Amino acid sequence: MNWIYEPWPWYVSGPLIALIMFVLLLIGKQFGMSSNLRTACAAMGAGKASDFFKFDWRSERWNLMVVLGAVIGGFIAANYLSDNTVEINPQVAKQLASDYNLKSAGDTYLPPEIFSSEALGDPQILGVLLLGGLLVGFGARYAGGCTSGHAISGLSNLQLPSLIAVLGFFVGGLIMIHFLYPLIF
Amino acid sequence: MRYITYLVIGVFFGIIMYKSEAASWFRIYEMFQFGSFHMYGIIGSALVIGMIGVQILKRASIKPLDGSEMSLNPKDKGWKRYLFGGILFGLGWALTGACPGPMYVLAGSGYFSILIVIVGAIVGTFLYGLIKDKLPH
Repeated sequence: MNWIYEPWPWYVSGPLIALIMFVLLLIGKQFGMSSNLRTACAAMGAGKASDFFKFDWRSERWNLMVVLGAVIGGFIAANYLSDNTVEINPQVAKQLASDYNLKSAGDTYLPPEIFSSEALGDPQILGVLLLGGLLVGFGARYAGGCTSGHAISGLSNLQLPSLIAVLGFFVGGLIMIHFLYPLIF
Repeated sequence: MRYITYLVIGVFFGIIMYKSEAASWFRIYEMFQFGSFHMYGIIGSALVIGMIGVQILKRASIKPLDGSEMSLNPKDKGWKRYLFGGILFGLGWALTGACPGPMYVLAGSGYFSILIVIVGAIVGTFLYGLIKDKLPH
């Protein structure tokens, strides 16, 4: 029964992600996981502060159902379908341990040094999580989409703007990991 | 009934994100270190199949089940918003190791500190709405 807990290789996961996009297209929707953040803002009354949130958010409720489903999917996968470890390139794991003292590669799904509840007591970690989320939310709306909306949906539809956005994702990611991580962690 | 469909799609998506390890901080870090083909394989294979499929859907003029138009709208022209917004997004993606889909998946898997990231993302979206008219697009 161990195969149930094994991670799925890329050539299984990638095609399944494409399948999700097709199913959504066939029911008249677009694959994108960040527009629900705008829907959430609108539902909380942000329309009073900016016209950007003045739209009929009720028509976008489907979006929030997908989010709820993703939460349930995460619960099912973590509790019943996984041993919650992630094997990465041993060299990268070694570098994480020596440079940043993050030693849990291969043992956990996320590094507890950043994501355990105890780590939240460290104001720096709290700041990292909050600032990171802020950048993701702000950047996704500014760019008009995230990894799913641009890298999968947009590029599949051969959109030049999506190619520019995906290049931006990687420029930002590489700057963060290679230049800012040594200053932050 | 329609809501159940979206819920099921979400559950399926969540399981894929978790089982593919695309929701793991380690995999995102490793990707930006060019340490493995894994993430590139996931995005690349989804993309190749996506491109072929979208071309077929377009050429065969297939309509969604409810007879509406297929949601394959072209993105607005320009480059500034995509480049600047993309870079900001990339900084956050690498800092938290999570993009918007996996955030929700991780919340379900029991990593509650991801809720801080989600709150940050909602606030970030709100801030964009407040100052968007002052930004180059």
